[in-house]
This record gives sequence, C-alpha cells and structure tokens, in this order.
Amino acid sequence: MSTMTRETSEATPSAQVVRPRAINIEVAAQPTTSVDKAGVAVDVEHLDAYYGEHRVLRDISLAVRPNSVTAVIGPSGCGKSTLIRCLNRMHEVTPGARAEGQVSLDGDPIYADGVDPVRVRQRIGMVFQRPNPFPSMSIFDNVVAGLKLAGIRDRNLLNEVAERSLHRAALWDEVRDKLHVSGGALSGGQQQRLCIARAIAVEPEVILMDEPASALDPMSTLKIEELARELKANYTIVIVTHNMQQAARVSDHTAFLTVGEDRAGYLVEEGPTAQIFTNPANKLTEDYITGRFG
Amino acid sequence: MTSLADQDSRVRRLLAAHRPHHGEAVFRGLVLAASFAVLAIIVGLVVVIALQSATGIAHNGVPFLWGTTWDPVRNLFGALPFVYGTVVTSVAALVLALFIGVGVALYLVELAPRWLSGPVSFMVEMLAAIPSVVYGIWGLYVLAPFLRVNIETPLHRALGFLPIFGGFPIGIGFMAAIAVLTIMIVPTVAAVSRDVVRAVPHAQREAALAIGATRWEMIRVAVLPYARSGIIGAGILGLARGVGETMAVTMVIGNAPKISASLFAQGYTMASVLANEFTEATTDVYRSSLVEIGLLLLVVTLLINVAARLLVWRVAGGARRVDA
Amino acid sequence: MTPAAGGMAAMRIPGRRMRRRRTTDRIMSGLLWLAAVLAIVPLVLVLVFLLINGLPGLNLDLLTKLPRPPGEPGGGVAPAFVGTLMMVGLGTLIGTPIAVLAGVYIREYAGGRGATVIRFLVDVLAGIPSITIGLFAYGFVVVPMGSFSAIAGIVALAIILIPIVARITDEMLGLVPATVREASYALGVPRWKTIVRVVLPAAATGIGTGVLLGVARIAGETAPLIFTTLGNRTLSTSLNEPMDALPLRIWVYAEGPYASWHQQAWAAALVLVLLVLVFSLGTRLLLRRSHRS
Repeated sequence: MSTMTRETSEATPSAQVVRPRAINIEVAAQPTTSVDKAGVAVDVEHLDAYYGEHRVLRDISLAVRPNSVTAVIGPSGCGKSTLIRCLNRMHEVTPGARAEGQVSLDGDPIYADGVDPVRVRQRIGMVFQRPNPFPSMSIFDNVVAGLKLAGIRDRNLLNEVAERSLHRAALWDEVRDKLHVSGGALSGGQQQRLCIARAIAVEPEVILMDEPASALDPMSTLKIEELARELKANYTIVIVTHNMQQAARVSDHTAFLTVGEDRAGYLVEEGPTAQIFTNPANKLTEDYITGRFG
Repeated sequence: MTSLADQDSRVRRLLAAHRPHHGEAVFRGLVLAASFAVLAIIVGLVVVIALQSATGIAHNGVPFLWGTTWDPVRNLFGALPFVYGTVVTSVAALVLALFIGVGVALYLVELAPRWLSGPVSFMVEMLAAIPSVVYGIWGLYVLAPFLRVNIETPLHRALGFLPIFGGFPIGIGFMAAIAVLTIMIVPTVAAVSRDVVRAVPHAQREAALAIGATRWEMIRVAVLPYARSGIIGAGILGLARGVGETMAVTMVIGNAPKISASLFAQGYTMASVLANEFTEATTDVYRSSLVEIGLLLLVVTLLINVAARLLVWRVAGGARRVDA
Repeated sequence: MTPAAGGMAAMRIPGRRMRRRRTTDRIMSGLLWLAAVLAIVPLVLVLVFLLINGLPGLNLDLLTKLPRPPGEPGGGVAPAFVGTLMMVGLGTLIGTPIAVLAGVYIREYAGGRGATVIRFLVDVLAGIPSITIGLFAYGFVVVPMGSFSAIAGIVALAIILIPIVARITDEMLGLVPATVREASYALGVPRWKTIVRVVLPAAATGIGTGVLLGVARIAGETAPLIFTTLGNRTLSTSLNEPMDALPLRIWVYAEGPYASWHQQAWAAALVLVLLVLVFSLGTRLLLRRSHRS
C-alpha cells in the first residue's frame, strides 16, 4: 500500500469552498489472482447516449479489464450514471432514451439484433445509489428473487444460493437467523449489502455499482468498499463514485469523464488508478483531482 | 456438497435455458384488451340504448322532446314533464348543494380546528356511502311528513297565493325531492371543492393575510378566485350526479307526469319514470319510448360529465380521484 | 382613525371600517360553520331514524326466512339477502380483473397521451347513471336471452364496479416507487413479470381496499337491477332466472301498503347500511393508514 501526497496550488483566500492543501491517497494494491471462475472484459466502443434528441454521452470508448475494479469519476452531470446504465441496457428503460455504438461482454456485443436485454441484465448485475430491496419480500426472497422470478424452484438450490450470496455480500452472519423477516427491516448499510447479495445470486459476470455508498453512513461505506475489493476476485466491478478518495481506495483502474461544450459527457482519460491520481496525463484530470473544479 | 464452481454454473445454466417470450406479448394484449373494453362498454351503451329506442323515435318523432302528454294508453309520449322534473330538481338541489358543499369545503380547509376536521370529513364521506334506496325510505317516511307538517303547510297557509307555494301540500313532491337530492349531492361537491381549495398555494393566502385581510377576506380574495373554475367543475359533477339519481327521488317525488309551478306538487324525472314504468310497459312502443327517455338521460349525463371532468382536471391537476 | 394617535394604540383601537370588516368576517365564519352543520345533520338524522325504525325488525328471521304472502306478518327477506351476496360476489369477480388490467395499462404501459385518454374514459364511465347501465344490460343480455335473469344484473354491477377499481389500481400502482421496478429490471426480469410478480404485490393492499369500496357501492345499487334481475319472492340461486336483492326488496316493501312490509323494509335498510358502511369506511381507514406508513 503506497501513500502519496500531492500539493495543491495555492487556494486564494476568497475561495468559497475550502480546498484541502494536500490529498493523501491510499492507492489499492494490485489485484490478486482470480479464483475458479473469472469475471469478463467489457469493451465499450464509440458509445453515444441520448435522451430524445439531447445527447448526454459522446463517443465513449473504454476497455474494462476482467476481475478488476474500474472507477468512473467526474463532476456531477457528466454522465457517469448514464454510462454504466448503458452497460446493462438499463438506459433504454427510460422512455425516449437510446444508445448508439457498441458494448461487448466478453466479446459478445450486447447491442445487436436478436439480443434480449433481459438476458443481458442477468449477466450484468447492478446495485443502485439508494438501497432498493423489494418491499413485500423477506430477506430470503429478496436474495433469490432473480432466480425465483426466472422460474427456478429447486428449494435446495435456492437455499444454497441464498447462503452463498449472503456470505459473499458479508451479510450472512447478521441475518442468518431472520431470513424470513421483511427486507425493509434492515439498516441502510445492511439493505445495500442485501441488494449486492441479490445481484450476486443470479451469477452475473459483471457487477455495476452506481454510487453504492453515497446514501450510507461512513461505517457502512467502508464495508461496501471492502466488499467491492473482495468481489473482484470473482466478478468484474465497475463503480461510479463522486468521492475521489473512495475511487483511489477501491479501484485498479479509473476513468475520468467530464462535460464537454456540447453538454455531452466525454471520456477525458483512463488508466491505472495509481497513475491517474499521481501523474495524470491530462490537465483537466489534474484539475479535477486536485479540486480545482467539480 | 457441490463445489462453488459447480453451483454457479448450474444457476447460470438454468438461467440461460431458453425462456419463451410470449409472456410479454400476451400480457400486453390482455391489458390493451381490458382498456379497450372500457371504451367498448361506453360505445356499446350508447349503441344498444339507441337501438332499443328506435321504435319509439320512429313513433314519436322530434316533438317528443317538448311534448307534455304522457299517455301510454293512447300511445302519446312526450318527454317534457320528465325533463322539467329532472331539470328543476337537479338545478335547485345543485344551487343548495353548492352553498353547503363549498361552505363545508372552506370550513374544512380554512376554519376547522385540526381535531374536528378529520371527523367532519369522515362524516361527509359517510353521507356518500349511504345507498340511494335508504335515502328513499327515509325521505318517504321521515323527511316528507316532516316537511309537510313543519314547512309546507305553514308556507301554503301564509304564501299560498304565490304559484310556487300553491297546490295542497302532501309531503311528497318537488320540495322533498330537492331536499333529498341536495343531501346526496353535497358530498360530491364538498369532496371536489375541498381538493380544489386545498390546491390553492399558500403563497396566495399569505399574500392576502400579509396586507391585513381578515380570514373571510382572504378566502374571498385569494382562495375563491383561484379555485373558481374547479368549484364550477365540482358543481357540474354534482349536477351530473343529481341528474342520474334515481331511487331516492323516485320514492319522494310523487311520480306524476305533470308540469306544475308549485314546489308542493308532485312531479316526475327521467330516471324515475324509467324505474317505475319500465317493467310495466305493455307495448313495444311504450317500452321503446321509455328507452328513448333513457337515451336522452344518457346523452345529457355524458355531456355534463365530459364538461365537468375537463374543468376539474385543468384546475386540480392531472387525474384525481373523484368519488362521484 | 388618525395615524397621529401613536403607533401601537392606533392599531388597537378599531375604526368603524375595521369593525365592519371584523363583523363580516365573523358572520361569514358563522355561515361556514352552519354549512358544516347542515351537511352533517342529515347524516345523523338518517342514521338515527334508521336505527329507530329498523332495530325492532332486526332479527335472524329477517335474513333466513322466506317472505310470507302479502299482508301476513312474519317471514323474512332471505331471497334478497342471498341474492345480494351472490350478485355482488359474482359481479366483483368479473369486474375486478378487467379493472385491474385496465389500471395496469394506464399506469405501466400507456404513454402520456394514451394514459390520459383511458383515464378520461374511465372517469366518463364512472359518471354514467346506474339506471342507464341497467338499460344497457337489458338490451344486451335480457333481450337476447328472452328473460330477466341474475346474469344480466351481474353484468350491470360489474360495469359499475370497473371504473372504481380501475382508478384505484391506477393510483396504487403509481405509489409503488420506481426503484422497485428498476431493481427488478436490473435482475433481468422482463417487464410483464416485474408488474405481475413485483409491482402488483407491492400495491396489493391498496388495490384490495379499492375492491372493497367497489363492493360497498354495488351492494347498495337498486336501479340497475330493476329491469335486469327483476326481483324474486322465492329463493333462487339460478343465474338464468330473476333474482332478488336487498335494495330491490327494500324499494318494493317500502312503497307497498302493508305495515309488516314497511317494518321489514326498514330492518333490511339497516342491514344494508351496516354492510355498506362497514366495508366502505373500514377500507377508507385502512387506506389512510397505509398511505401514512
């Protein structure tokens, strides 16, 4: 674990926001070797995203490596959430929204004729900003919801999957005795881990996280970050965050987006996290990292 | 115990197994069909009733609308007595219900102490839940005798020279019908008015109060103008309700197909004659003429309803739940 | 009122105009109170007289015995009671699925314009007088069948129920947060399954109260039954034949010449009101409580 310090430029006395004079960044260690089953690569090629006629993402090309954590950072409104929603074809659920370009999952294009978005979403899981367990279901039912709804009824299999998913989401010990309690009865941090367990249960190859800890308290946030680092052993993780320290702690690679003059988001720079945060190639990136804007 | 890898691949295999996609198409078809059914029912209503009244229309022609004679024995059918009865009872009831209903709405929103507004609201809703036939039996045996003894007879004695108070009062008649109808319309008017009044932004009220208006002045200056078209909509909805109201009116109006100026006289409404005479109609023409009245009632109610909904929607915003 | 009379004092001493405004305010407030009283008093009177006149005739016989020949005391309105239960039950069974599906269409599938149109149509249907709906059922069912029947009445009642349940389904579905649907889509669940297995269950309580409200409403309906099921003095459970119903029986007995009929009419009215009020109000309370939680 290396610690780096970076000096900020002088903050003018009349600055409205207090900028830190130095940022201490703990950069994540290199990924450990993957286990039985690997996550897969996600390749984004010239992706444009629209709401109606209004373009919100311009020509994004990005290669997400398997079994890694890739953070997507950038100022608010730059389209980070839109980007990852395009990765599992959730973007188009909004009426009037569409995406052009291509996204490939382990080489398979997901935007193509005959591709069922429903299947895509079984292979790419998603965790949302606010925990959203199903209100009318118990903890157990929540975890295996993806399987039950797909018609899987084997009780033994469901029990095994539930236990394993809750273990992997670091929630098993806390709920093992109350699996039939309503999902809404848990704390915010627990609910989010429940949602992670639910996403894991359908055995995705990629897990997308859209600011998963932003609605949680600091303790839960740390737990979620720890989880993200552990999960990359078995999955490819893409995490959107507005918290740069979090990005630096959690990710192996970082992609920085910002808003262009046409008000569409575009990819400024991406690379290994350590490099992005200590020696970015692009001035805009440096300005964002050091807090000069956003 | 199967290894983790085995479990994972089993889940993935199960999920990847081919799912038939007809579910989405079938479901979409079902919901569309249900919505279409709503349209079909409305259209069907008009069509079926129009067809059933064909014989009558052919026999009675256009003068049906202003004919004053209703004589099934001689096959003479004129709708005016019923139209008159419906109009008089509904309009009079509406005017009264507007005062009371808007008054209650204003009371609930602006005046009532918090602990009281809940129960009062509740009781006004209760009024709406009571079936028409129950109002009818109460009107027949409680209200009508009361009106006759305590209101109609004294009025007749004192002001009987006026046509409106002429005719010997026997309790059942226009006055009883108007009274009962008013009671039944008030909840509709009150509920819609309350929502409309509640929708007036606080900023408006505060602007008036800030320049020293009394509460009533604030209501008059800030609330009522803003809520005016919504209240009109509430009134029209109440009118629609009153026009279609059948049982309670039938039981207290006296069922006489005559036009008279007196409040104490017996009368007839479109809905009432349908209810009373339909099963006794002996000839096709008779029955068809009754259906003709039903068609008239339907058309009038549709027009009133459409106008009201448009008005209320525009003011209270979007679709709202109106317990009509 | 002289401004020079000194700040606070000037505000406290009301001038003539201020007094007049104050009086007007008081009068108008009084009138508003009066309006509330005028609205509530009839309710109290109806309920009170219902109890006074209905309680004496309220006994088990009323609901279990058949009517006696006209004029003879005793007997009951069992055919009417059974008929109401049957027709209301079947009418609800037929109308609810159509209504819920229509509500689903409005809230989950229709675009802005389509939703507005169908909502409007539902509201229009809600405003059509029930006697007219009875007339439609007459032409649509009785005439082709050649006879009055319970099924015609059931059709009429189902049509009356549909807009009530459809509107509430629409509202309740709207209360289910979008995040619930999103979570389901993200798991790879198709849209229709999301609606049927996730969203509808989440809205089930609310929709259930809507159904109960509809039941309360159609249980009290008389007009649409007059020329569809006609009424029946004998106990009939056949759908192809005329069937009796409580509101019908109340009407006939109330307007009849016999005192025993009047007494039974009042008692039956009391039963009907109790039924209707319990359903109608119980569910409204439930609705408010679930809204608040």
